[in-house]
Amino acid sequence: MKGQFLAVLALILSAGAPARAEEIGDAARGEDLFKKQCSACHQIGEGAINRVGPRLNGLFGRRAGAVPDFTYSKSMARMGSDGLIWTLETLDAYIHNPKALVSGTRMNYRGMADPEARRALLAFLRTWSDKPRDIPEAEPTAIMTDHAVDPAVLAIKGDPAYGEYLSSECTTCHQVDGSDQGIPSVTGWPEEDFVVAMHAYKDKLRPHPVMQMMAGRLSNDEIAALAAYFATLK
Amino acid sequence: MQLNRRLFIGSTFAAGAMLSAPVVFGQAKPKVVVIGGGAGGATIARYLAKDSAGALDVTLIEANPIYTTCFFSNLYIGGFREFESLQHGYDKVAAGGVTVINDMATAVDRAARTVTLAGGQVLPYDRLVLSPGIDFKEGSVPGWSADSHAEIMPHAYKAGPQTQLLKSMIEAMPEGGTFAMIAPPNPYRCPPGPYERISMVAHVLKQKNPTAKILILDPKEKYSKQALFEEGWGRHYDGMVEWIGPEFGGGAVEVRPETMEIVIEGEVQKVDCCNVIPGQMAGKIAQMAGVTDDSGWAPVHPDSMKSKADENVFVLGDSSAQGDMPKSGFAANSQAKVAAMTIRAELTGSKAFPAKYTNTCWSLIAPEDGVKVGASYEPTPEKIASVDSFISATGEDAALRKATYEESLGWYAGITADMFG
Repeated sequence: MKGQFLAVLALILSAGAPARAEEIGDAARGEDLFKKQCSACHQIGEGAINRVGPRLNGLFGRRAGAVPDFTYSKSMARMGSDGLIWTLETLDAYIHNPKALVSGTRMNYRGMADPEARRALLAFLRTWSDKPRDIPEAEPTAIMTDHAVDPAVLAIKGDPAYGEYLSSECTTCHQVDGSDQGIPSVTGWPEEDFVVAMHAYKDKLRPHPVMQMMAGRLSNDEIAALAAYFATLK
Repeated sequence: MQLNRRLFIGSTFAAGAMLSAPVVFGQAKPKVVVIGGGAGGATIARYLAKDSAGALDVTLIEANPIYTTCFFSNLYIGGFREFESLQHGYDKVAAGGVTVINDMATAVDRAARTVTLAGGQVLPYDRLVLSPGIDFKEGSVPGWSADSHAEIMPHAYKAGPQTQLLKSMIEAMPEGGTFAMIAPPNPYRCPPGPYERISMVAHVLKQKNPTAKILILDPKEKYSKQALFEEGWGRHYDGMVEWIGPEFGGGAVEVRPETMEIVIEGEVQKVDCCNVIPGQMAGKIAQMAGVTDDSGWAPVHPDSMKSKADENVFVLGDSSAQGDMPKSGFAANSQAKVAAMTIRAELTGSKAFPAKYTNTCWSLIAPEDGVKVGASYEPTPEKIASVDSFISATGEDAALRKATYEESLGWYAGITADMFG
């Protein structure tokens, strides 16, 4: 039933005009959340400037790592050049668990687990993307689907021996010693982060065609096996 | 008691025999001989030694003590890599438990299961892996022979001195001169390779000799990443590159190395540098071992890379005829892992998982303008079949092209570490 409801909602959202902030969530609550959890590092609104984190005006529809006068982590810059665009869906995933979407992000935030709270925060952020005249309403930003990985999938205990065999496909590009020139390191990740990241590729939430293809044909058990194996490498 | 013990030994032997018939228990370790130390051979030798943890006797035969990778050799021609950066030794392969012999394999006796080396040594094997790359088809380009003319019109399609020779000839071209490439017919090593090379030649000429011209004579109607290369040549090297396909005579070109001329549909054209990339077939030792068919390539079973001609022989990489995978270093490396798993399962009884294959080919068009094409593959009863694929798009922005180029550098570091340790 829930799935059906989401599907219908997505249809309405994508078929009609772009969603307005109030259709996403409670923007007033979102402003409160922003002040408590985000404003130590980020500014948003009139006169907002970059602080520890980049200013967040005009965030929706913007490419990741694209505020010109801000210095991003290598990982965020790479996601940007790979084509990650901030939409309701990608921002929701990022705020939910920042390191699952952008592994090496410098945003030192543990994530917001409550989906209602995330929608409230997104509704608030959205109000500062609608206003500036030079930010056109990008339609894809209005579509949100459920990105969370099923807890049953996260609970799968991977077989590291199988993972070691499967890893030979990864090590053609990713070096076992953790070097990350041009291609990021995949060794020594916490297993859950690895699983979430691979599912983000499988669901095409993370950009990058090679990884989408590789993850796309891995089963849940195979992803768990790889996570178990790479977690053992230092 | 004695009866029980005998029964026990008997049943163990039977179970062992079912798993791996040719192995004789209680004798020396099973022997695997690998011929060719490139992306297929070096990878499988390392993986066999590493994953069998000493249970297999692995020998790698490679003629050159220092291996020069063919992949990325175009970047050396373009001035983006030092020649030495393409070169790799086998010290770490040997340290990983592989016996490395720098010699040439001259004969395979499949009935006796032995390999003979130029130095006279005869090596017995339980499994033989052939990964010898390519050889050239004599007579595929009229007027050109590898033995007589490669110093005048280089192929530079086996990396090494040929690559250095071609680079020096490009740089020595007279002002406003003509560079010609005779492109190969399908199938051949590295499908985008000739066109990446054109991009690199154009990059060099644009700086040193901007009025020079580049001609591609091609027997193929279309080629790998064509739209991406054409877009890139238009953007970076406007007017410099001319492609002549088969309908305008590109497929029937005669070359005259003595006079540095090429003949296109009866019309003689003087050229200043000519890169002849002839038609190709499996490396010579695969031909001599008798595992190739009329096509010149060696058919293999799609789920294991095992030769269809001999159950004790595996053929990897460029030499194999397997289906949809291109002849590339990435593909050979991927195939090596499937074959290694199969050989270990046969000889040591280790577990075998379903075969999966992958390939990605990156090409550089101009500084920081990289593109890629790739696919994933699975075995079907007939062939290794492509199941999913992707390719860079035309019109991509500079940031993505730069990231793709940087990714290719990371891949080079990754695959060479995977091959050579």
